[in-house]
Amino acid sequence: MVTAINSALDIILKENDNAVVLGEDVGVDGGVFRVTDGLQKKYGEGRVIDTPLAESAIIGASIGMALEGMHPIPEIQFAGFMFLGYSQLVNHAARYRARTRSTMSVPMTVRVPVSGGIRALEHHSESPEAVYSNMGGLVVVEPSTPYDAKGLLIKAARMNDPVLFLEPTKLYRLFKQEIPEEDYEIPIGKANVVKDGDSLTIITYGTMVPVVQNAVKAKNADAEIVDLRTINPLDENTFIESVKKTGRALIVHEASASFGAGAEIAARIAEKAIYDLDAPVIRVASPSLPYPLPGYENYYVPNEKRVGEEIDRILSF
Amino acid sequence: MIKNVFSGSVDYVQILDETGNADQSLFPKELDDKTLVQMYKSMSFARAADAKAISLQRQGRLATYGPMVGEEATQVGSAFAMRPQDIFVPNFRQHGVFMARGYPLYKFYLSWKGYEEGGAQKDFKSTAVAVPVGTQMPHGVGVAFAQKYKKTGAVVVAYVGDGGTSEGDFYEAINFAGAMKVPLVSIIENNQWAISMPRSRQSAAETLAQKGIAAGIKCVQVDGNDVIGVYKVVSEAIKDASDMNPSLIECVTYRMGIHTTSDDPTKYRPDSDVEEWKKKDPISRMRAYLSKNGMWDDHLEERMVQDDAKAIDDAVAQADAFKPDPKSMFENVYSFVPDVLKDEEEKAIHSNFWQ
Ligand SMILES: Cc1ncc(C[n+]2csc(CCOP(=O)(O)OP(=O)(O)O)c2C)c(N)n1
Ligand SMILES: [Mg+2]
Repeated sequence: MVTAINSALDIILKENDNAVVLGEDVGVDGGVFRVTDGLQKKYGEGRVIDTPLAESAIIGASIGMALEGMHPIPEIQFAGFMFLGYSQLVNHAARYRARTRSTMSVPMTVRVPVSGGIRALEHHSESPEAVYSNMGGLVVVEPSTPYDAKGLLIKAARMNDPVLFLEPTKLYRLFKQEIPEEDYEIPIGKANVVKDGDSLTIITYGTMVPVVQNAVKAKNADAEIVDLRTINPLDENTFIESVKKTGRALIVHEASASFGAGAEIAARIAEKAIYDLDAPVIRVASPSLPYPLPGYENYYVPNEKRVGEEIDRILSF
Repeated sequence: MIKNVFSGSVDYVQILDETGNADQSLFPKELDDKTLVQMYKSMSFARAADAKAISLQRQGRLATYGPMVGEEATQVGSAFAMRPQDIFVPNFRQHGVFMARGYPLYKFYLSWKGYEEGGAQKDFKSTAVAVPVGTQMPHGVGVAFAQKYKKTGAVVVAYVGDGGTSEGDFYEAINFAGAMKVPLVSIIENNQWAISMPRSRQSAAETLAQKGIAAGIKCVQVDGNDVIGVYKVVSEAIKDASDMNPSLIECVTYRMGIHTTSDDPTKYRPDSDVEEWKKKDPISRMRAYLSKNGMWDDHLEERMVQDDAKAIDDAVAQADAFKPDPKSMFENVYSFVPDVLKDEEEKAIHSNFWQ
C-alpha cells in the first residue's frame, strides 16, 4: 500500500502544479513509513515540504493554501497527533464551504496513518474515523487494499473538498498486490462489495477487511462483504440493499464500539431495513476504552476468531 | 518618531569544557566530591540502561524505544538540581531523569515493553510520559499552579525537545507561566534533531532560549553536555521559580543515536556529524574531570560497570516475569466500571479474549 500511495502522490504532483505535499519528515526522510519516499528528489523542496513540528499550523496553513487555489496534501504523522490540528479541521476546513455558501472551499487531502496492530507506542494506533465524520463537512476515506488506496487518493486529490485520507498502518505492507501503474480513480462515497453472499452481510472497512475475509473463509460462510471505502458520507444504499437480501447484518470495525461508525450503520439499518432482518444487528469492535499500550493490543483489537464467533452467532438466529 | 522599546539577549553557560577542565569561577560550591561522583555514576548508569533497552528491542522484547544516549548531562544535571519535593514533567525521552530520581528500573523496562503497569507510579514526583510532542508543557503550568495554590514550596521542571518548541502548546505554556507567575522551570532538551528535521529547519530563531523573551520570562542557554553547567543553571532557575519567577533553559546537546528503534538516521544525517559530537561526549568529559582531580580511576570504573550490569539484568528479569492481565484494561477507565464496559469485559473473558 505504501507504493500505491506513493504512486498516487506522484501522479497528482505531476498533473497539478498547484498540488504540494507537506508535513513532518515527508521530504528528506520520505516520511516515517516511507510513503513519500523519493518525491522531494523528484519535485523539489518547494513542493514536497518538510515543515516544523506543528500540526495546527500544518492543517491551518494548508487551509490557507487551499483558499488560494492550491491543493495541499498535508501528512499528519499519526492519527493521535491530528488532534493538535483538530480545531483547524473542524472549525474551519469542515465549515468553509457551508458558511460561504460554496463561494469558498477548501480542497485539500489530509493523509494520516491510523489503527493499530503494529506494536506502536501510545497515540500511534487510534482509529478516529467516527470523530471526524460526526460534524459533517469532512469527507473521510479509508482504503483496505493497495489498489483502492491509489484510486481513492487520486480521486480525493481531484475533489474540491477537504478529504481526510486514513491509511491503516497495519496494511501498509501486509500483502502485495499488483496495481496498475497508470492513473485511475475509485469513486468516493461508494462502498465496494468485496464478496457476494446470501446468508449474511458483513459491513466493514480498513484493517478489518482482511480479518473479515479470513474469518469468512475459515467458516466457509455464505457472507456478502461490504467494504465501505468511504466512511463519510456513508453509502447507505449498498449495505441496505445487501441487508435486505441477506436478512443479517454484522458490522466489524477496529475503532471502539461506543459511538463508533457501527452505531451509525446499525441505526440506518434499523431505520430502513428492520423488517427484513432475521437476526439482531451485531457489532464487532474494540472495547469502549482508550487504545492500550502495545502489550495489551492483542486483547483489544478484534481478530479473526472473534469475527468467526459472531458469524456463528448471527447465523444461529 | 522611532525609539527602541525593547532589546534582549541570551547568555550561554559552560563550566566543564570538552576536555574536562572546569571554570572554577562558576563552579557550584555545594557540589562535593561525593556528589560529583554520583553524577558521573548516574550518567553512566543511564547510558548502560539505555543501551540495554535498545538491545532488548532488537530482540523483540521491547516495543518501540527512543534512546537518550548523548543527552545524559542534560537529564542528570537537571535531576540533581531538583530537590526531593520538586516535580518533573517529562516528554518521552527523559529516561535519565527518571533513573536519577530513583524510578524503579524494572518499571522503566515494563513500560517500554508496552504495559501500563510500568507507568503506575503513585508516589513518584513526576507526571506520566507524554508522547504527543509539546502537550506536556501546559500540564507543567498547571502542576506549578497547584504548588503555588497549595503553598507546597515545590518547583516544577518540565522538559520539551527542540522540535517541541514549534508546537502551539509550548508557546502557550511559557506564556501562561509568565503571565500567571507560577514556579515552573521549562527545559528545552535541544538534541539538534526532531526525527529527520535539523534544529536549523525548525525555527528561524538563533537560539531556542530566546523564545522565553517573548513570554517575558528569564531565559538562558547552557552547554547541555556539561553536567555541572546544567546543574548550576537549573539550580538557579529553581531558586528563582521558588520566588514565582518562571524561566526557560535551552540545553544544547546532541542525539547521538537513532530517534527511535523504527528510525534510520543514515537517510538524513552524515555519520561525520555524530563523530564531531562524540568529542563533546558528556560522560567522557566528566570522567576526565574526576580522574584529573583524583576522584576516579579504572578500577572504580570496572566495578561500576559490573554493578550496573547486574542491576540492569535484575530489573530486566523482573520486567520479563510480569504477566499481563487484560481485565485491567476495563477496570481502570473510570473511577467506576460502567455497565457497558462490564458487558464487554464479560464477553471477552467468556471467550478468553479470543486468544
Ligand atoms: C504532536 C506530535 N507530532 C508528531 C509526533 C511524532 N514524533 C515523535 S518524536 C518527534 C520529534 C520530536 O522532536 P523533539 O521535540 O526535538 O524531541 P526528540 O525526539 O528529539 O527528543 C515526532 C515528530 C509526536 N509524537 N507528537
Ligand atoms: Mg530533538
